[in-house]
Amino acid sequence: MSKYRGNLEAVRNLVRPTEVHRDVYIDEEVFQLEMEHLFANAWVYVGHDSQVPNPGDYYGTTIGLQPILMVRHTDNTVKVLYNRCPHKGTRITTETCGNAGKYFRCPYHAWSFKTDGSLLAIPLRKGYENTGLEDSHAAKGMSPVRHVHSYRGFIFAKLNDVGPGFEEFFGESLSSFDNMVDRSPGGRLEVAGGVLRYMHNCNWKMLVENQTDTCHPMVAHESSAGTAIEVWKNAPPGTKKPMAVEIYAPFMSSYEFFENMGIRVWPNGHGHTGVHHSIHSDYSAIPGYYEKMVAAYGEARAQAILGENRHNTCYFPNLMIKGPIQLIRLFKPLAANKTLVESWTFRLVDAPDMLLERTLMYNRLINAPTSVVGHDDLEMYERAQEGLHVDANQWVNVQRLYRADEKPDVTAETNGTTEWQMRNQFSAWAKYMALSMGGHVA
Amino acid sequence: MTPPSDQELIDFVIREARLIDQHRFDEWLDLFDDDGIYWMPLEWGQTDARLTASLMHEDKLLLTIRVERLKGNRTFSQKPKSRCHHVLQTPQIDKRDEAANEYVTWTPMHYIETRYDDQQLYAAWATHTLKAVDGRLKIKLKRVDLVNSEAAFGNIQLFM
Repeated sequence: MSKYRGNLEAVRNLVRPTEVHRDVYIDEEVFQLEMEHLFANAWVYVGHDSQVPNPGDYYGTTIGLQPILMVRHTDNTVKVLYNRCPHKGTRITTETCGNAGKYFRCPYHAWSFKTDGSLLAIPLRKGYENTGLEDSHAAKGMSPVRHVHSYRGFIFAKLNDVGPGFEEFFGESLSSFDNMVDRSPGGRLEVAGGVLRYMHNCNWKMLVENQTDTCHPMVAHESSAGTAIEVWKNAPPGTKKPMAVEIYAPFMSSYEFFENMGIRVWPNGHGHTGVHHSIHSDYSAIPGYYEKMVAAYGEARAQAILGENRHNTCYFPNLMIKGPIQLIRLFKPLAANKTLVESWTFRLVDAPDMLLERTLMYNRLINAPTSVVGHDDLEMYERAQEGLHVDANQWVNVQRLYRADEKPDVTAETNGTTEWQMRNQFSAWAKYMALSMGGHVA
Repeated sequence: MTPPSDQELIDFVIREARLIDQHRFDEWLDLFDDDGIYWMPLEWGQTDARLTASLMHEDKLLLTIRVERLKGNRTFSQKPKSRCHHVLQTPQIDKRDEAANEYVTWTPMHYIETRYDDQQLYAAWATHTLKAVDGRLKIKLKRVDLVNSEAAFGNIQLFM
């Protein structure tokens, strides 16, 4: 007997203004519904166009649990296709990324497809004469994802027809992408360095919420960032503070620091920490970078770009970006209690290499499966995934700095320790679940 | 000073693993030269650590932070503590350059890390670049190449 399938009311009741029911984290049926509805109705990040620079280049990934690939078509546009052969279902791509040449060729029976997915050829085609193949699913080729949008090189896709268009879905939140790209003197980013993959035995939303949880760093990361500060105190006087210490130390900033840095929420579940400053504000200048920015943009514009130091921008449902250090994290749901975290890094085109060096160091120190900061966080997620099975209290609290007049789907700036962005995400969660679940939409 | 014998290089690598397995991390840190590096590449055959991602690329300061963190009362990911176990093949001497004071060994190994009911097995090759300092061998570079370095791992909290 299904508790949630076909029962929009039950799904809606999981989210209250200041608390959410534990089933959004631990129930497999809710997870399946998220995959069928939430991840199909929202615009989900696929990849960056620098991963497929030339026609025929492809990259295989997932939206929710759906295997997809993005590919540079012969007309130079980026297409997103479901990654299965229309014949027997075989995954088409043999490697995660590569070049298909002019067409995809299934490794099982050599059916071939143009890079927009359309059927090109079938060996021994006469065997299908007078069989009505032209009316089959197979004859349509590889199914394309119809809603694809590239924003300054970042490729998003939406699987279902329902739901808002790209611009409406993201609105002003795209300003965080703008700032990341504008930090390149060449106005362009390139995926660089390699992706760190980190398996988490917890629900994907715990990771998303943690991105704007500013009351945990000084507590959970005392062990790592706090120890870094203590060990650094033993350095001989006058030693230059290393990049690694500059990266670790701000995690131990005070509550006041995080309160004052501010949080901004946007409609549709997007939001960011670090309206006024952030843990990325006080890194040492990289020699030669500012001069290149001034040459590219002029002094006033360069200062405005570099003066914006947003911390974490969450793009609903499962992407976080860090503009000031050109790093994004994608929280890929695998099961109610399993999430693959991919942390990708970017090169600012025409900027000094040392920026990429710092980005990679940050990724290694904070986001790797070998990272002590990562260990601190994962321990808390896994404890929560376990603790949520307690029946005595079945609700997770997201009440901090709640106001009774708080409206959903607004743009607002507020105290940096609010849990408004978490409430904002759950408001969007209920909305995008409901879009295709049928039943009465309030 | 007499250059280290092959057997001394082998004994050094074996003892290094033992110190980790026995949680003698301060003694282990002391095996590193002041400029020593511990490196776990992300890519197969990786040559660059600066503009290519690595799982770890840490100098003595960062390694000291890790070791001190493992002792911390508020290091919750180590309550309870992880334990580990190395199985080494006999280290092979890949290079002896007495003039440059540089010795390189290559050691295929299995590494097990365990915590609670979880036990993970990793297969790797350890490459030690060693030098003699005041009659003692020191690590210039310990490079650990996991067979499946690009796989999605959970926490790896100790040292391979």
